[in-house]
Amino acid sequence: MEEQQDQLKVQQDQEVLPQLDIPDTAPREIPAGPTVFDVQNTSIYYSAFRAVTDVSLTVHENEITAFIGPSGCGKTTVLRSLNRMNDLIVGARVEGDIRYRGVPLYGSNVSPTAVRRRIGMVFQKANPFPKSIYDNIAYGPRINGIRNKGKLDEIVERSLKQAALWDEVKDRLNKSGLGLSGGQAQRLCIARTLAVEPDVVLMDEPCSALDPIATGRIEDLMHEIKSRYTIVIVTHNMQQATRVSDRTAFYSVLRDEKSDTRTGVLVEYGPTAQIFGDPKDSRTQAYVTGRMG
Amino acid sequence: MMAASSDPLAPAVDLREPSGWRRSKNQIMTVLMWLAFVIVLIPLGFVLVTLIAKGADAISWQFLTNSTIPPNVLPLGVDGMGAAVVGTLEITGFATLLAVPLGVLGAVYLNEYGGNGILARLISFMSSVMTGVPSIVMGLFIYIIWVLHFGYSGMAGSFALACLMLPIVIRSSYEMLRLVPDALRQGSYALGATKARVTLTVVLPAALSGIVSGALLAVARAAGETAPLIFTILTVEQTNPNLFSGPDTSLPLQIFSNAQSAYVGANARAWGAALTLVAITFILMIVARIITALFTRNTR
Repeated sequence: MEEQQDQLKVQQDQEVLPQLDIPDTAPREIPAGPTVFDVQNTSIYYSAFRAVTDVSLTVHENEITAFIGPSGCGKTTVLRSLNRMNDLIVGARVEGDIRYRGVPLYGSNVSPTAVRRRIGMVFQKANPFPKSIYDNIAYGPRINGIRNKGKLDEIVERSLKQAALWDEVKDRLNKSGLGLSGGQAQRLCIARTLAVEPDVVLMDEPCSALDPIATGRIEDLMHEIKSRYTIVIVTHNMQQATRVSDRTAFYSVLRDEKSDTRTGVLVEYGPTAQIFGDPKDSRTQAYVTGRMG
Repeated sequence: MMAASSDPLAPAVDLREPSGWRRSKNQIMTVLMWLAFVIVLIPLGFVLVTLIAKGADAISWQFLTNSTIPPNVLPLGVDGMGAAVVGTLEITGFATLLAVPLGVLGAVYLNEYGGNGILARLISFMSSVMTGVPSIVMGLFIYIIWVLHFGYSGMAGSFALACLMLPIVIRSSYEMLRLVPDALRQGSYALGATKARVTLTVVLPAALSGIVSGALLAVARAAGETAPLIFTILTVEQTNPNLFSGPDTSLPLQIFSNAQSAYVGANARAWGAALTLVAITFILMIVARIITALFTRNTR
């Protein structure tokens, strides 16, 4: 059924899919809101391997910040360091200063659990829990101690509506979350993240396994929720970055000829229109015009 | 298209299975697979048929519930095996209560907490070693450390059976936990769950049906054990309602002693007890499967 509906939507949605090109009128400078993340001179290691070197950037409130760059450039590594998901990898280590709303994220009395309750994450591959759709959404609120059925019902409905999934699943909330299509499952994961009312949503290539229709829906969704959340998205798709993001950070791989080691570096960071329309660095220029990567 | 125009009746492309050796190989392998399946089923079928043929006559309500086990010389129909049924249920049940939670917790430690540490590797190694210990040695072990001090009891039997079940439960639960995708754990962590929460609310439920299967395997194995009970519960001819003190009896022990006897009545009772044991295990499996299915109906 879903697939048929998706097929039917194809024609309708094709016209409203966002345009790929940046209009010349797009602002090259945008006003910056309050700072959410302040990353300064940060290097991230996996045991002895230095995955990213000397990254500095600031992420602003209610903006969508995109991380782009070729494979192995450390975009996902930086993203995962923003809510301490890297702590789960044995040997991962962060050097430098990452502040979240002024508080050092890697300070000695910071609990990774408390960090992740404020800074949620959506993964590349949709990972619904093997539970009902309802229990998937209620999972986060429940671990935060909400037991009241009425309150949970309300949260489930609100989150699913925010993720534009409510109409498709409202009649089968007690069915397994594993029975959803790829795009629906990813929106379920977004709804699950929104259910705990985070401050920031980190997205690690959320659309890379989805078709253009499902991708379009998730991009629309990002635009809709951006007024209430701050979003950082890693994407391999440059068109996606131009469609959704306010600012773009371009990462690249730096190869040391002498030791033959590779490390990720932040090449250029600025308003999306500037990065794609008027890049300052020749490597950015080469990448966004498709001559590299 | 070209071929079709020259001969309208010839098919444009040949989509049949490739001919020759490849097709033959496929057929040979399929036949061999079915053959293996049938060969595996033969002994199983023989056991069941023999059990039912020779044991069904013995089964009656009195046989299952009468609390006095008759002397070997008496014919079938006098008294029954109730004492052994009660003993088997009590002793195996208590052993399950001891071994399954401990084993599952051990597996959780190995897979979720221990990492590659010394303790985890030690536990893993010891449980492998325990798998290889003959069951009669487990009985002797409990005899020396428990029975010599506190006397025979059903509980001593449970200890011996639990020692046998523990490595099976650890090993099978561990394998099931390993199969839980890491993406699920990450999803839970990303919502701000602590490690204990992740384990309790995501990992264990996802592995539940596999863990139950492993536990059932261990229970079935323990229910049929004779050797470890000889040294730990001795044997009696009356129902012993107290699991914690005094000699007890069980179906496997009764099968053993009655089958050895020269008397026809005793032999018939042995067959009846064997059929009862298989039936109990079978019913247990089905009940556990139904309960697991109810608990995990949203996990597929």
